[in-house]
Amino acid sequence: MDIMPKWVDIIVVPLFSLFLAAFLAALLILAIGESPVAALNLMIEGTLLRSAGWGYMLYYTTNFIFTGLAVSVAFHAALFNIGGEGQAMIGGLGVALVCLFIPWPHWTLAIIGASVGAALFGMIWAGLPAYLQAKRGSHIVITTIMFNFIAAGVLIFFVVDVLKPTGSMDPASANFPASTHLPTFQDIASLVGFEKAFRSAPANVSFFIALFACVAIWYLIWRSPLGYEIRALGKSGAAARYAGVRPVKIIMIAMMISGALCGMMAINTTQGESERLILNFTEGAGFIGIAVALMGRSHPAGVFLAALLFGFLYQGGAELALWTKIPREMIVVIQALVILFTGALSLMVRAPLERFFMSIKRADV
Amino acid sequence: MIDFLTLIQVLDGTLRLATPLLLVCLAGLFSERAGIFDIGLEGKLLAAAFVSAAFAAITGSVWLGLLAGVLASILLSLLHGLASITLRGDQIISGVAINFLAAGLTVVIAQDLFGQGGRTPPLKSGGRFEPLNFPGSISSKEMSDAGPLMQLYSELLSGHSLLVYLALLTVPLSWFVLYKTRFGLRLRAVGENPAAVDTAGISVVSLRYGAVVIGGILCGIAGAYIATSLQANFTKDMSAGRGFIALAALIFAKWRPWYALGACLLFGFFFAVDNRFQNILMPAWALSSLLIFISIVLLSYVWKKDYLDKVVLGGLALGIAIISLMVISSVWTSGINSQVKIPVVFIQSLPYVLTVVVLAGFVGRAIPPKAGGQPYIKER
Repeated sequence: MDIMPKWVDIIVVPLFSLFLAAFLAALLILAIGESPVAALNLMIEGTLLRSAGWGYMLYYTTNFIFTGLAVSVAFHAALFNIGGEGQAMIGGLGVALVCLFIPWPHWTLAIIGASVGAALFGMIWAGLPAYLQAKRGSHIVITTIMFNFIAAGVLIFFVVDVLKPTGSMDPASANFPASTHLPTFQDIASLVGFEKAFRSAPANVSFFIALFACVAIWYLIWRSPLGYEIRALGKSGAAARYAGVRPVKIIMIAMMISGALCGMMAINTTQGESERLILNFTEGAGFIGIAVALMGRSHPAGVFLAALLFGFLYQGGAELALWTKIPREMIVVIQALVILFTGALSLMVRAPLERFFMSIKRADV
Repeated sequence: MIDFLTLIQVLDGTLRLATPLLLVCLAGLFSERAGIFDIGLEGKLLAAAFVSAAFAAITGSVWLGLLAGVLASILLSLLHGLASITLRGDQIISGVAINFLAAGLTVVIAQDLFGQGGRTPPLKSGGRFEPLNFPGSISSKEMSDAGPLMQLYSELLSGHSLLVYLALLTVPLSWFVLYKTRFGLRLRAVGENPAAVDTAGISVVSLRYGAVVIGGILCGIAGAYIATSLQANFTKDMSAGRGFIALAALIFAKWRPWYALGACLLFGFFFAVDNRFQNILMPAWALSSLLIFISIVLLSYVWKKDYLDKVVLGGLALGIAIISLMVISSVWTSGINSQVKIPVVFIQSLPYVLTVVVLAGFVGRAIPPKAGGQPYIKER
């Protein structure tokens, strides 16, 4: 069978899937008696035409970059890390312990410490399912799902029974000391004289760490020997083994990198935004990472763009919920459709495109 | 010690909470035995719960609700079948998508229909499955004065919704279908070696669709049960992870119907205990010696294993040993016989921990159907 031009595979297929998802969502919006065009306008207005909208969008984007990269790294090793949610929760615990119990002199040091703590905790939480997959053959999808639920239990235990200040009714840890607070985009903009930009938006410097992670993961996967081994194992386990790749080691490393990335999401949410450990701070970002990775074709550049798109959808969805009858869950529907079309039904999406481009190619010849 | 009536009440709760788990678990059993992984059980359960509650609320008939819920669940099953059987897509991704689709659509439609923040109005008496009271059973007011046999009969055996008894009946039925019929033999074969089934001239595709639709029906009944029996309306995300717990129970049961009953009753028991008691008290000596025992078992296991085993399991053993030391130090002043409080979240997490232990194969290894998760591609 002929192969489509590469740019079709990378650009047209995801965009076509997105178009299908958007089309179905528009039908649904029509069905509940709202106008899809007005809804889109409102989303753009509330997100792209205000600096605070950008601030919220990039805050969500930061989360989705971390979890999207995490799912991608695991995908490259042919592993499905569905446990991003749990790894992020435990990462948040790591951030909280680092920020609460180490007296940091300045945020620049605190963010390094918190990143290490978050990555380490996320790594350990992903390491156990990885070990069970590598050494015991337990299916990683099931174990990571189970670890999501166990992580939720651990988080509740630590927040409610250990870290909650005595006398407080709120299920949350004490506030982190001021020296660990991260500068938000508003703070950064004020430095250069724009006091009114990004007002009260949660986006903060961890966005730049997420960008750096994109570059680092790109280098790791496509430019380093380790990345080569990860991809080789993912493409063909038998061939990789024959070439001297040790599957146990690669499964462990790929999953631990994945867990570390998910854990680092918490520097954005826990250190950057809430500035204390709360329950439910992950807000499903671990699962959105799956949609982001599928849409972004597991490439850091694609993940970045897909994370921007989902950041836009989340902030836009909040605007819709505020001003129209369209509830926030509409975004969950769009997310489901994107996963469906880019992942499960990809053959259905690709087949007509493939036929179309083949007919053009034949006409050229 | 707790009295007999409390025990009966906890067991009664066990039965009620195990019912949706059992139906969903059997749904997963049919699907996975035919070689189709089904992460989307949770979504089907949720969708069926919403659709049955919505239909029961609008029409006032619980039977129409049940029917509609089952149809909704079958529809999602067919979507899963289309993705994973016909289009040979990734079954896990398809399941994930179905979960999100159900989580999003139920709230969007509920908000549009009823405008109550993603819930349905409370169901009136015709819209619910009423408890079936057996002849001669007594009401809960007279319960404390009755004898133990009467308590057992009236509280535990009688007074459940029709669907509870139906769920219990599906266990022998599933066993019979899977192990005593030609269809069952073929269904199990298609999950182990689809090529052999194909060679025998039997359609892999229709067998797998059959299995997936049976799963849809069972999930549909389970969804109707949680929205019209266990509770009396639909609320946002009311499936509350039951689909995943059922998946855990399925592994715990090693993909067998009777074991599934046992696993679901066990997990249901954890939830009933968790509902009934706020905190579990345990003597400090018992808890710490249990923990130390687990860590010693782990350490003795890794003794002759390689480096990775030593790091991971040794680390785990160390962690458990540290927790037991913390338990001991917390009762240092009040004596080793004093009670320690076990937070309820640990009881809630127990099903998942047990499933991981079983999956790890340290206790009774669980081996999934061989062809599970792989789309079947016919040779040409």
